[in-house]
Amino acid sequence: MNDMLAECTEVTRRFGQFTAVDRVSLRVARGEVVGLLGANGAGKTTLIRIMLGLLGVSSGEVRLFGAPPSRESRRHVGYLPQGLGLYGDLTVTENLAFARAAFGNQPWHADLGGLQEFAGEVVSRLPLGVQRRAAFAEALAHQPGLLFLDEPTSGVDPLARARLWETIQQATDGGAGALVTTHYMEEAEECDRLVVMANGRVTAEGTASQIVGDARVTVVQADSWAEAFGALEAAGIPVALVGRTLRVPETATAKVAPALGGVPARIFETRATLEERFFQLTRQGQERAAG
Amino acid sequence: MTAAGRAHSAARETAARETDDGGQEPGAEEWGTNMLSVRYGAVLALDRVTLRAVPGEITAVVGGDGAGRTTLLRCVSGLVGASEGEIRTPGLRQIGYLQADTGMYPDLSVEENLAFRATAFGVEPAAAGQRVNDLLERTGLAAWRQRLVRQLSGGMRKKLGVIAVLLHHPKLLLFDEPTTGVDPVSRADLWWLIAHAAAEGAAIVMSTSYLDEAERATSVLVLDAGREVAAGTPDEIVAAVPGAICVLNARPRQDQQKMAWRRGRQWRLWCPDGNCPAADADTPAERGQAQARIQPDLQDAVTVAVLARELDTARDGQLSNATAKGGVR
Repeated sequence: MNDMLAECTEVTRRFGQFTAVDRVSLRVARGEVVGLLGANGAGKTTLIRIMLGLLGVSSGEVRLFGAPPSRESRRHVGYLPQGLGLYGDLTVTENLAFARAAFGNQPWHADLGGLQEFAGEVVSRLPLGVQRRAAFAEALAHQPGLLFLDEPTSGVDPLARARLWETIQQATDGGAGALVTTHYMEEAEECDRLVVMANGRVTAEGTASQIVGDARVTVVQADSWAEAFGALEAAGIPVALVGRTLRVPETATAKVAPALGGVPARIFETRATLEERFFQLTRQGQERAAG
Repeated sequence: MTAAGRAHSAARETAARETDDGGQEPGAEEWGTNMLSVRYGAVLALDRVTLRAVPGEITAVVGGDGAGRTTLLRCVSGLVGASEGEIRTPGLRQIGYLQADTGMYPDLSVEENLAFRATAFGVEPAAAGQRVNDLLERTGLAAWRQRLVRQLSGGMRKKLGVIAVLLHHPKLLLFDEPTTGVDPVSRADLWWLIAHAAAEGAAIVMSTSYLDEAERATSVLVLDAGREVAAGTPDEIVAAVPGAICVLNARPRQDQQKMAWRRGRQWRLWCPDGNCPAADADTPAERGQAQARIQPDLQDAVTVAVLARELDTARDGQLSNATAKGGVR
């Protein structure tokens, strides 16, 4: 049996002169959670639309469950859009009934654990957290083999996030695969493997630790962070404030010290975080695209 | 401000000077709330919340939907009155408040929005000019000056909103979810703008649902269903976790489930008494399940704080209440 649930091979999609997705290869296997990271305009949404079968490719090949995307494969895909995709004017129960009818004769199990008391309420009047759980229940109820989730836990507290992720992980423990698009590192860290896109291309791939690799940043600890911040800013060096220390993601340590002028500070290098590495990759992608 | 309020804030200032955390000039004023409660009818939206906003520092208010973050910011901005407790602010004209929807006019251009805001706050256009130019330039908005706000991406709109509230150099800045739904490149610009304002000496309060973001703030206030569940610097919050946290490689047992949560392929288990299920477990399966305790991070610490609050609420015999609360998250 083929363990590959979704397979993109050298997929390119052009809109006129613009190449939204540029020779992207990506795989999601059974039981695997793959995180798709990218800034706005990186090509994530176009790629998802292609994989859902809503957009054709300009070149390359897409296979879902070993065959090209089709109405049949769509029945085995669960999709949770960022906007949740619920009908605001219908109740939770009505939304689920509608989805069930759309998926036809399939095993159906909507897990309404904790949502029972809201089942009869019109969705638009429910708190966002409840809407999100209802959307999860709907996306998973037809027991899809493959999940596409777009920033599934945006805007929830850490415990609620852990519980939503438990739902996703339970599905993948049962053999489903998931592709999660996000630009939040906390979500990225839940994934088994990450694919980073910038300007239509895959720029890095692997576990979070592999993607960071040996990327480093410069740390500046000054008695007065504000003074150091001003000095680096005046020198045109991009800098990020973390607590009372400054982190410089894109400038060599040797250049940071002179830029500080006389501001007393301890300067050293440290390993980049996933977000800092992601930021470097995105910048490089944009510069490459700009020519 | 009431006499009691003045006395309280004087005591706070003295305390701040005595503990000298290095972030505050002597005598610098501090804003925020003290034991603030807000009721909307029968709903207690905020329950005895204390918020500190210190000049030159960033305070992150963390929580999920319905935690009370927006209500707290609205109170400090003066839009909502307190039911009980105290609010200390530098006065309406010294506050910059960016609401989650940014409040920019979609049918005006970037430039017109900024000019409108400057006029409203009595800032001379000439005085605002250079600063606006610098900030627009630095955040990649300069090329968009003539564009209508409704043509901007979400991230650009947020950046413009932040620049607009900085125009009149307010002493206290309130940002409601400035980075929600914003991509990482714009987020870095937004963080730079916020740090820039802090470097200029403003006291900053920002709400977020992301802990990687909260970790970058000077101090953090975690709200859950209107109550404070943790507060302090990120390090202090981590250090204050009661008991221990250990990693489980297998699904938690039935009796552990209330105290466990998932992170990636592993589970974390909170052991309030500090005793992790260790190698002396009865069965090989349990021995395989238990791993050494770990050093919690901010995400673990906040999860435990919310979990502890849930268990407390349940223990208080308010089971029905707890279910409803669990439901609105």
